[in-house]
Amino acid sequence: MTPRRKRLVLFGSVLLGVALAAGIATLAFRDNLQYFYNPSEVAAGKVPVGKRFRVGGMVPNGSVHRETGSLTVNFEVTDFENTVKISYSGVLPDLFREGQGIIAHGKLDNQGVFVADEVLAKHDEKYMPPEVRDSLKKTHTPGTEVAAVGASKS
Amino acid sequence: MTPELGHFALALALALALAQTFFGLMGGWKRRSRWMDAAHSAVVGQAVFVAAAFAMLSRAFMTNDFSVAYVANNSNSALPALFKFSALWGAHEGSLLLWIFILSLWSVAVSLFSKSLPETFRARVVGILGLVSVGFLSFTLGTSNPFLRLIPAAADGADLNPLLQDVALAVHPPMLYTGYVGTAVAFAFACAAMFEGRLDATWARWTRPWTTVAWLFLTVGIALGSWWAYYELGWGGWWFWDPVENASFMPWLMSTALIHSLAVTEKRGLFKSWTLLLSIFAFSLSLLGTFLVRSGVLVSVHSFASDPARGIFILGLLTFFIIGSLLLFAWRAPLLKSSAGFGLFSREAFLLLNNVLLVVSAALILLGTLWPLFMDAFSLGKISVGPPYFNAIFLVPGVPLVVAIGVGMHSTWKHSRLAPKPVVFGVLAAVAAVLALGFMVWLSHYTLLAAVGFMAGVFVIGASLYEPWQRWRGGHSLPAAVLGMTIAHIGVGMFTIGVTGVESSKIERDIALGVGDTTEVAGYVFKLESLKPVQGPNYNATEGEVTVRHDGDLVATLHPQKRSYWVRTNPMTEAGIAVGPGRDLFAALGEDLGGGRWSVRVQYKPLIRYIWLGALVMALGGLLATADRRYRRRRPEEVAVASNSAHAEG
Repeated sequence: MTPRRKRLVLFGSVLLGVALAAGIATLAFRDNLQYFYNPSEVAAGKVPVGKRFRVGGMVPNGSVHRETGSLTVNFEVTDFENTVKISYSGVLPDLFREGQGIIAHGKLDNQGVFVADEVLAKHDEKYMPPEVRDSLKKTHTPGTEVAAVGASKS
Repeated sequence: MTPELGHFALALALALALAQTFFGLMGGWKRRSRWMDAAHSAVVGQAVFVAAAFAMLSRAFMTNDFSVAYVANNSNSALPALFKFSALWGAHEGSLLLWIFILSLWSVAVSLFSKSLPETFRARVVGILGLVSVGFLSFTLGTSNPFLRLIPAAADGADLNPLLQDVALAVHPPMLYTGYVGTAVAFAFACAAMFEGRLDATWARWTRPWTTVAWLFLTVGIALGSWWAYYELGWGGWWFWDPVENASFMPWLMSTALIHSLAVTEKRGLFKSWTLLLSIFAFSLSLLGTFLVRSGVLVSVHSFASDPARGIFILGLLTFFIIGSLLLFAWRAPLLKSSAGFGLFSREAFLLLNNVLLVVSAALILLGTLWPLFMDAFSLGKISVGPPYFNAIFLVPGVPLVVAIGVGMHSTWKHSRLAPKPVVFGVLAAVAAVLALGFMVWLSHYTLLAAVGFMAGVFVIGASLYEPWQRWRGGHSLPAAVLGMTIAHIGVGMFTIGVTGVESSKIERDIALGVGDTTEVAGYVFKLESLKPVQGPNYNATEGEVTVRHDGDLVATLHPQKRSYWVRTNPMTEAGIAVGPGRDLFAALGEDLGGGRWSVRVQYKPLIRYIWLGALVMALGGLLATADRRYRRRRPEEVAVASNSAHAEG
């Protein structure tokens, strides 16, 4: 193969690679971006019905309810202005508890209950999801309540 | 006193790193032998002082010196000894010290084992490694000193995060860092070559074993992390596309591309600029990984603290190394011309395809990882990019890549000619199809994707075995490099089969179980037999006994635990896993639901072991390849590149 043809092949394969990349990225991106909303945005109806998104906030004390022996649990998340009711059926993460910041993935149903298929509470007792932290900061400073979550850390 | 001695040793190490940089780079430029010798002495000196600092911090951990803030935050007197030691790299400051320690070991190795290289080249390599070390030492001393005192001292420590109290996790960071830091060696070789204006087959031959060793550590490190996430995070996934996982995977993809592109540069003198760029990218992505993990920009299991000063410092380092090396590249790369041609189906073309596919998937993963940051930075909303995106962008370049390996291994350099006859590939493809069908019948899972995955995996393994078989039949010897390549590619095949098996046919179920209740998954009947309290060295736990029966026969008894550690009181899940050659059976305890019932997650994971086994086999292949004799010739004389025959070494 001549150097000229080689360059052509090289150029062609790079172009092909870039085109492939752009193609896959656009396709895969379209459906897999998940937006985060805080409870106030959900209450204001800013969220799409029937589409997956993430919602996060603090789980208020006394909001977690479970029928004895059932896998389904109902709780709320709040940004101290509004709350969203969440329903989840499955094993909750170890660090899920009242007073903790969490993020849930799922959809809103017709009754305005957020049906979660995944609940995240990260792996450190001091952890506060940054989205939750920011949205809490914006509305209210829950100071003591957040501090109380940190178990035994000096 | 020991913490202060450690601090002092680190400061001395910084001074020596500065000397190493200056004498290495200037000595290489001015061709002053004594300066260059001084650089190599500085390498050893720096390593001694870094090792001393490391030993001082270890001592503080082992002796429960809770007057050191870092120890007080990450250890406890009740912690088992092994974890006291591994707690050293359980958080930010110590893991940086580990990074530096490993870099100093790599530097000593390069300085000692590359005596056959030209003096100026070797000095420049060491100088650039010194520069990297200066960056990280000043970062540690300036923002993340592990030796800071806590006054008054804590009565007892706050304990190591229970998630990290695990053997695999004790080993995972050192392995991964050895790989990360190893990309710095390839980077230093590339920069030194650009300074020298010398980039020929010999250069590629010097670089190859170092790159391969870095790559194999990276492979093992990532596999260990994945294995740990599987059994310790408690939920049975093996890869989450977590930003930090991506941060380690991108340098891996780049180093894999680099290994292959170096083969072309060594054998045929082609792809020179490309190889240089890949060296720069691999190191940049390692730095970016460190930045993403340590700065707290992205939050995950691994981010320890979000101190803005640290983030800005690492960002500065990142910019310096990336911009600096790219400028150097722009300045020197035009000197490197390669003009040999190659055929459309030659080995060069296949390796080019390999590179394009690997780099494309790395670029798309980078896009998905950084996109949420851009969106947030420009206030366009808070988004996350879900795993389906990553699955898609990994699958699309990944499947052709695996198939191309099988064919490309048998192509010849320069000419479009395959060594075996086409009928061989036909037979292989037929065998692959039959075995793939076998897998699918066994798993009762029939989809196109599974068929393609199993076929590709089997095809690669078969194609890899073809050449050793031919050589064995013809009575030829098998050089270590060919053997290594063969084994690494078999590893790729095993990995492909494992991923296909798990992702097509895994079953996960969350269920509420009381003692005596059963649930059935893929023909396996899980029964919760009992729940009882148990006590460990530093935790209390509830332990379940779960029996698993298949057709009435007892196949496994699992003991999942829900632990509560004494110091950090958060609950921890220890899964019960029965390992088998065909499948894993998995049970994890969720929580007490009241009424005597617990939430339990049970899983059936076919072929999952082959994911990690495949990775280990890949690493083994890399290890064998570095043992090839041609890397150990004292003075590689031949610079000219001869076109190799059919049995060219990869």
